[in-house]
Amino acid sequence: MISVGLDVGSRTIKVATFDTAVRDCLVTETGANPLRRCQELMSGINYDRMVVTGYGRHLVAPALGGEIVSEIKAFAVGARHLYPDCCTIIDIGGQDCKVILLTDAGEVQKFEMNDRCAAGTGKFLEIMADTLEVKISGLGNLALCATRTVQINSLCTVFAESEVVSLIARGEESGAIALGLHRAIASRIATMARRVGTRKRVVFAGGAALNPCLYRLVAEQLEVELTVPPQPQIVGAVGASILAQNFH
Amino acid sequence: MANENVRMWTELNIDLKSHDMLMNALGPIFQEVYLSQKNRPAGMGFYDFVVGDIHGIRVKELREHAKTGGKVVATYCVFVPEELVWAAGAIPVGLCAGTQFSVPIAEEVLPRNTCALIKSSFGFKLGRVCPYVQASHLIVGETTCDGKKKMFEMLGQLQPVYVMEVPNKKTERSRELWHGEVLAFKDVIEQLTGTKITAKKLGQAIDLVNKRRLALQRLYNLCKVRPVPISGKDALLATQVSFYDDAQRDTQMLNALCDELDKRVAAGQGVAPKNAPRILVSGSPMAIPNWKLHHLVESTGAVVVCEESCTGTRFFSDLVKPAGDNLDEQLKAIADRYMNIHCACFTPNDERPDDVVRLAKEYQADGVIHYNLQFCHTYANEAVKMAKRLEKEGIPLLRIETDYSDEDAGQLRTRIEAFLEMIKH
Repeated sequence: MISVGLDVGSRTIKVATFDTAVRDCLVTETGANPLRRCQELMSGINYDRMVVTGYGRHLVAPALGGEIVSEIKAFAVGARHLYPDCCTIIDIGGQDCKVILLTDAGEVQKFEMNDRCAAGTGKFLEIMADTLEVKISGLGNLALCATRTVQINSLCTVFAESEVVSLIARGEESGAIALGLHRAIASRIATMARRVGTRKRVVFAGGAALNPCLYRLVAEQLEVELTVPPQPQIVGAVGASILAQNFH
Repeated sequence: MANENVRMWTELNIDLKSHDMLMNALGPIFQEVYLSQKNRPAGMGFYDFVVGDIHGIRVKELREHAKTGGKVVATYCVFVPEELVWAAGAIPVGLCAGTQFSVPIAEEVLPRNTCALIKSSFGFKLGRVCPYVQASHLIVGETTCDGKKKMFEMLGQLQPVYVMEVPNKKTERSRELWHGEVLAFKDVIEQLTGTKITAKKLGQAIDLVNKRRLALQRLYNLCKVRPVPISGKDALLATQVSFYDDAQRDTQMLNALCDELDKRVAAGQGVAPKNAPRILVSGSPMAIPNWKLHHLVESTGAVVVCEESCTGTRFFSDLVKPAGDNLDEQLKAIADRYMNIHCACFTPNDERPDDVVRLAKEYQADGVIHYNLQFCHTYANEAVKMAKRLEKEGIPLLRIETDYSDEDAGQLRTRIEAFLEMIKH
């Protein structure tokens, strides 16, 4: 049986197909019409069952005939599949960030998620990259090369941007500002992780895990080793594709 | 009837244009949240009718009462002893404070970083969109939070306001202070109404309010059953309406509803499948028409079976002990009863986590959702203690901080879905 996991995120859509193992994975931009994008994506795939997760799950699942699971469950199952000894997942996606604690058996034991704003999420980094006139893919390296750092006090995207603008106006070098921004996010994630607690293997997933500076700072702050999957963005889609295998 | 209402609202100096917008917004929301529910008890018809004419028929009753010299006393909080109001022949009404609609109006004056309940209630007065506020002769506030205290000062510039001092501790001295506040409130009400509160009248009022509390207890007790015979949303609505309906009629309606639910229980008939996750909601009050959390929870396949809040158990779980026909003892019994509300305004307030643990067991709850309004520091901070206690007891907990707006509905839905998945296994 071929199953599909569809993770309709706020910034990207992720697709994973599964038969006896994970087969194809794909990451694409969500755009302004996620339903049409998903329909296009699925028209080329033969599958028996589908599970939809992510921000757009309630929009897409009824239209395409899939079941719905929350991102929390999808990430739990996906991370466990990739790393059977994983008990903690840190996920920083486009507009939310979460920390999930699993039992030894792989059930969700506890989780925390940001409430409402984009503070400390991928979107935050995107906007800051724009302000610093670098590509999002280069933001982490810019920060890693910094010789000094500055303190960024605000994590609200709007306030932080004006803070960055005033730092730029003061003549501060962009590397130092980038490092300050990463430190602010890492500290927020670390606080959330400490509230939930971390155990055993800690998997760092979501688009922000591609950022080498964030990876290093979160690991330093938490004093744990982080495992970043080869494709950190598709963990939720993989989990959904596995859940689809067992859905009746 | 519509024209008659418009005439009444005009007389009450309502901002008709704004009020129309509010009413037009409420209809579709009520349709989506309430009327679309399946398998509702017929007894909810009364409450649907009340909401359908929410600013009409009851306001008209209050106006009739006022025409013969009667007074209307508006409140925002379960600490205000309504028995004294009834005993003086006045009518107490709990005011609405549960909609985003009046929040932007309030933000023209109040700081944005203020809880939605405070902003909503102030906005109703400032924007002249609530006929209950307009029809009341006195608004009685209380000192359960700092934001409210200061808001009442500003409200007092627009309409007569009297503030009762609720103590912050539960010591003997605090009890004395509160007892004194109850006595002072009696004087205020007597002065307002020109009626002397006698032991006979107060005894009748105690009985009147106790009977409504018993009816609400009966309703809640029926929710302990699996499958639960009524949705949490409907139980909430019945409770919310109790804040402003006539106590005697409300008691009758509640008991009629419970008679029907008794039959459902006997027939094993529920509103949700037997295995639907059972949720206990605990925290800040759900002032009408705030149905946001209940709707999210119940449209995700779970059912709210109990609410530990001021629109739930804290409103009715204790009765005033009948004290015969001795006025002093009656007043003491009233003071004792109200002082025993386990509100987060007290420090310490360890009885509240005890209540939640006990209620979770009694109502066979699969999990607790702790709900607090953003900027409600007392409940937000008490949630830390609550979390520790529930973890110790092995009761799953989801903590939610939100307001009346819909901007976080997506994130809330994700968290609630994940929580239900977590407690289902």
